[in-house]
Amino acid sequence: MDMNEIKEIFFQECEEQLAELESGLLKLNDGDRDPETVNAVFRAVHSIKGGAGAFGLDDLVAFAHVFETTLDCVRSNKLEPTQDVLKVMLKSADVLADLVAASRDGGSVDGSRTRGLVKELEALAHGEVPAPSHEAPKPAAKAAPVAAKVEPPKPTDESGFQPVPFTFDDFGSDEEPPIEGSTYEISFKPRRELYSKGNEAALLLRDLSRIGEMSINCDTGSLPALDKLDPEDSYFGWTISLKTTKSEDDIRSVFEFAEWDCDLEVKLSEAETSDEELPMVPVPFDLSALDDAPVMEDAMDDTTAQDAAAAVAAAETASSVAQAAGAAARAAKKDTAAAAAAAAQNNAAAAAAAAGQTIRVDLDRVDRLINLVGELVINQAMLSQSVIENDATGTSAVNMGLDELQQLTREIQDSVMAIRAQPVKPVFQRMSRIVREVADMVGKSIRLVTEGENTEVDKTVIDKLAEPLTHMIRNAVDHGIETPEKREAAGKDPEGTIKLTAKHRSGRILIELADDGAGINRERVKQKAIDNDLIAVDANLSDEEIDNLIFAPGFSTADKISDISGRGVGMDVVKRSIQALGGRINISSRPGLGSTFTMSLPLTLAVLDGMVVTVAGQTLVVPLTAIVETLQPEASAIHSFGANQRLISIRNSFCPLVDVGRILNFRSTQANPVEGVALLVESEGGGQRALMVDAIQGQRQVVIKSLEANYTHVPGIAAATILGDGRVALILDVDAVVSASRGQSLRAEMSLAATG
Amino acid sequence: MKKKVLTVDDSRTIRNMLLVTLNNAGFETIQAEDGVEGLEVLEGCNPDVIVTDINMPRLDGFGFIEGVRRNEKYRAVPILVLTTESDAEKKNRARQAGATGWIVKPFDPAKLIDAIERVTA
Repeated sequence: MDMNEIKEIFFQECEEQLAELESGLLKLNDGDRDPETVNAVFRAVHSIKGGAGAFGLDDLVAFAHVFETTLDCVRSNKLEPTQDVLKVMLKSADVLADLVAASRDGGSVDGSRTRGLVKELEALAHGEVPAPSHEAPKPAAKAAPVAAKVEPPKPTDESGFQPVPFTFDDFGSDEEPPIEGSTYEISFKPRRELYSKGNEAALLLRDLSRIGEMSINCDTGSLPALDKLDPEDSYFGWTISLKTTKSEDDIRSVFEFAEWDCDLEVKLSEAETSDEELPMVPVPFDLSALDDAPVMEDAMDDTTAQDAAAAVAAAETASSVAQAAGAAARAAKKDTAAAAAAAAQNNAAAAAAAAGQTIRVDLDRVDRLINLVGELVINQAMLSQSVIENDATGTSAVNMGLDELQQLTREIQDSVMAIRAQPVKPVFQRMSRIVREVADMVGKSIRLVTEGENTEVDKTVIDKLAEPLTHMIRNAVDHGIETPEKREAAGKDPEGTIKLTAKHRSGRILIELADDGAGINRERVKQKAIDNDLIAVDANLSDEEIDNLIFAPGFSTADKISDISGRGVGMDVVKRSIQALGGRINISSRPGLGSTFTMSLPLTLAVLDGMVVTVAGQTLVVPLTAIVETLQPEASAIHSFGANQRLISIRNSFCPLVDVGRILNFRSTQANPVEGVALLVESEGGGQRALMVDAIQGQRQVVIKSLEANYTHVPGIAAATILGDGRVALILDVDAVVSASRGQSLRAEMSLAATG
Repeated sequence: MKKKVLTVDDSRTIRNMLLVTLNNAGFETIQAEDGVEGLEVLEGCNPDVIVTDINMPRLDGFGFIEGVRRNEKYRAVPILVLTTESDAEKKNRARQAGATGWIVKPFDPAKLIDAIERVTA
């Protein structure tokens, strides 16, 4: 793995952290005061900053730092996360997202916006907060400890010991043979805590030896008798004479990790102190032991009991404890190697389960798998069919095996589909930003409420959902919700609400976008439709039909084209993209109370539950989700209407009969309805139609094969599939067939498709 | 013998950086994603040194360090803390919890290895 790959991971992680950040902020906005929510928000920014720092993304680091500082104020309860504060933070989250995107894709970010927010954030952290900023304690805390705790060095002469010269020939002696510079007297007496925190006096001395030429004298004065010795206490102090070109600060920085837990004094030596002035015990203090840890015995080969104790103590508590622990561990390992390994594995497994581990897989691989499973389903169906053809009794073991195979295939397919299923959350989260930004632009106050973000749907569907949804959200903010003044005048909350909901319903995902705005102005919509020649002047339309006019191509109700939603893209484009996903979209509106758009989408674009039917000798598949009911028409229920229109009466209401064979040009004459079957389908406009087919073969799950990708778009046909007998069957595009029956012929749509 | 380093950090980016840096420097690296996992992994991996982040979900760096120091078997293992800035307050808290030393982010491979060398034999 190289740095570029890690950078890639960093940006992926940024996406996740940004999502986390936004959802946390929104929770806070809704009044959540759980400290863990604040912590998660803080951590998200903190992580982004940490990674950005490693890659030298300075803009990102700088902004994240200011943001983090302000969040820290919230975390430490110095700043109350009011709506106003959160507004700034949500905007900051947006800018952070922009900065991440700019760092990744090399774009640029609106500098004035960033600077403005930096100021606002800083104001929150400093000015508007009663408590002092979080930075305040920094200098005080830093200054205090060292100076206070330094004690005068232990008197070295009371024990009457001899000094011992000490050299480190092993360490970096090649560099500076005759050291120019000063000699420092360093007194270093570790406290017990130094060792208990995992520091090690010998290591510090080793580091010290690397910056100059030094001699060490060990003060063993406070060493008690062996029976009174606490192996974890600190008994030794050292006086070091160091000749170096480095400064006092450099020397102190060696003790950076230990300065709190030792008595340290560093001073410039006034005179070259000679050896005899430092009478200390000659302790064989051999740092080379560090290079080969487990040979402490060498250090005490021919010494007296006291020396031995001293040597043990000199090597000192921490390392000896560590070694003892290590030795114990090694012994334990030898004895119960297998058991330990098993336990470790169990631990790992438990940890994995606890953390809900995930792996990242290339989308290509998943797609390949899905394709293969698709082939498997087809193959299994073909196998079943040929067995059935050859074994009429249906009792053989082969048949039973086939049943199981069918079940397994279905399960594999579901599992593979589940791999691609993702919660709609990321798309919903993007919408909240759009609501914020557009509401800001048009001076409206709007809250986005989301529900069911964890509803899962195929990744392709999610990806393709973002665009139409964005467009609808812009519309809702721009046209749907009224200005605060108008709302107040109408007796409504000046803050508008847009509600975005996702839920599963009978094998499809239902996404609802509801606003509490003024609703559709039917008068204006109708007038506009008349102006645009979409309907006749005297057309008599139901409210529902008028509402659905906004989906007509080239329709726009906004009096003036605005920056936000008037981009030349109408609701017809939204509708077309939803339909391209195999979905339907509907609007319902109540004047003064708001509008609700309902989108129903398939959970996956890879398989489909379909009704296999025969029309004029052709096998077609009708998506099961479109079918309301099937019925066998009675001659008495069929009524002629106009030149060649027919109606079927179902339970005292009339429903247009659509001859699929005619519409698709499979035959030129009308079929006799009584000889066929009628499929009652729900069409997008809300009305029902009865599709006439010759016969129903059965219900089947089919694998969708794109016609566009393999052939070309065929009007009235959504896609194709391969049936169990190996034949290709076409999947009916119910909505297209229904609208063709209304007079808008398929040919017109075909020419439309051809011209793009 | 290779020295063993246990790293505890919730950021995938930093985990990968630590892994690459430590492996390149000839260390054996074991990784955990937060304090809780860190303590679980600790049993059975017997590290020579531990490198931990402070801000983590479930169990933060302070809690993790205290946990290690309470552990009879591993309490003497040197622990280095990754802190984003040289924040004295945070450093102090880490020390009180029992940290051996610290490494100031932005992440710098040389600084990391240097700090590890300083606290290990």
